[in-house]
Amino acid sequence: MYNKRVMQEFVNPQNAGGMKGANGIGQVGNMACGDVMKIYLRIDENEVIQDARFKTFGCAAAIATTSIATQLVKGKTIAEALEIKNSQIVDILGGLPQNKIHCSVLAEEALKAAVSDYYDRKEKEAKGIKKAAVNAED
Amino acid sequence: MARRVYLDNAATTNVSVEVINEMIPCFNMLYGNANSLHGFGREAAGIIDRARDRVAKAINAAKSSEIYFTSGGTEANNWAIYGIAHAYAKKGKHIVTSQIEHHSVLATFARLKEEGFEVSYVPVDANGIVSLAELMHVIRPTTTLVSIMGVNNEVGTIQHIKAIAKTVHEKGAIFHCDCVQAITCMPIDVQELEIDSATISAHKIHGPKGIGALYLKNGIKIRPLIVGGEQEREKRGGTTNVPAIAGFGRAIETTVRELPVYTKKMKQLSDYFIAQVREKIEHVRLNGHSSQRARSIVNFSFECIEGESILLLLDMEGIAVSTGSACASGSLEKSYVLKAMRIPDEIAQGTVRFSFGRNVSKDDVDFVVEKLVQVVAKLRSFSPITKAGRKGGKK
Repeated sequence: MYNKRVMQEFVNPQNAGGMKGANGIGQVGNMACGDVMKIYLRIDENEVIQDARFKTFGCAAAIATTSIATQLVKGKTIAEALEIKNSQIVDILGGLPQNKIHCSVLAEEALKAAVSDYYDRKEKEAKGIKKAAVNAED
Repeated sequence: MARRVYLDNAATTNVSVEVINEMIPCFNMLYGNANSLHGFGREAAGIIDRARDRVAKAINAAKSSEIYFTSGGTEANNWAIYGIAHAYAKKGKHIVTSQIEHHSVLATFARLKEEGFEVSYVPVDANGIVSLAELMHVIRPTTTLVSIMGVNNEVGTIQHIKAIAKTVHEKGAIFHCDCVQAITCMPIDVQELEIDSATISAHKIHGPKGIGALYLKNGIKIRPLIVGGEQEREKRGGTTNVPAIAGFGRAIETTVRELPVYTKKMKQLSDYFIAQVREKIEHVRLNGHSSQRARSIVNFSFECIEGESILLLLDMEGIAVSTGSACASGSLEKSYVLKAMRIPDEIAQGTVRFSFGRNVSKDDVDFVVEKLVQVVAKLRSFSPITKAGRKGGKK
């Protein structure tokens, strides 16, 4: 069903597990559908992704695609990371069974969700500072 | 060679040496067509007769002529349902089955529905047991056929076969029972259980693949499915598969003879396995009935992780299991059996079936438990679902 490359990635996934100090966390999928992917990013002040990790509930393809996604984004800027397409992940894995392509789509979405979480946090932080500043003036 | 443990005996079994020995002469010595009039043909016909007697005796059929050989369980189920429904279509066009039947039954019901038959599906309880009250409720005067399996292949739950038969007969309908899994783990006496029609298959009981039988009680009408030959008393065309039938006869005879010893062994092995898993792995759920169940089948749900991942990692260790139903793997469809038992989707996702057999030892079970603990711990270590925590096993 799966090729050797997919199996290799599934058996020895890279960056598996949670992360302390992540400032962008994205989760997609749901248990009922059989896949939940969570990607953790640590992004520095220059918007470069310093570290990426994942947690995945799902099949071998789900685990392999999130593993690849986290490897791809490390060291990239946010803008570069957002360019990553699911087809790129599939290519690196040397192909996926047709009914598992959706896993690569989910991995791409998890990545985007983590980036958008990063921006949400920044926005909140900015508002917080602004609020704090206003309060200080009072 | 690296160690391998086969725990998928509910999918299929190895062919035993005695069965192979029974089959070999039928390939090169007794190769006649059982329908030929000459000596070669009569020899082959003799083998068929003997095997038919063995099958009839194994399920206590009143006569050997009530056994019809088919290409397997799927054909027998297809034929029984399609053939009986059509033979009695003038009496009525309502047919009944359960929600947890094998695909070969459900697909035939679906086709009959397309052809204009009315179909009712009887629900099951949380343990996978067919509700007799519900069954009584759905049968009408126009109901001609009720098809309910004896033992479920996915969770191993055993149905109240005789009570179902009595209920069906009281209402004047015919009872077909898919006994493919049941024949592996319990005595099937078609007269005692009041079964009108039963499906059995060889490859689940250490016989060859591609051969099965339909038991059809004398007097029950059936329309042939495979036409174009005089074989099987003009009910099922096609040159008789002599080697497979010979092997089937031997396999079923041995199975029935060894059943008391076998079931005891299966109970010991699976009880030990269940106890070990429960002791060493947290958040595990045993699906199916706790006691009214084929002891060779253990269906576990491991919370917070997914079945296919477990299966593949165990496979890397040389351990063969299946996720829910082997027939369902490869599709993304969730198990309809677990769904019918109202097991939540997220629990059902982490389901693995371990099916024991003759060639599994206690030592094998220890090996499997050891690897299972590691596999579950590994997958839980990076599961985003937190309920079970991050520990795969108790320290």
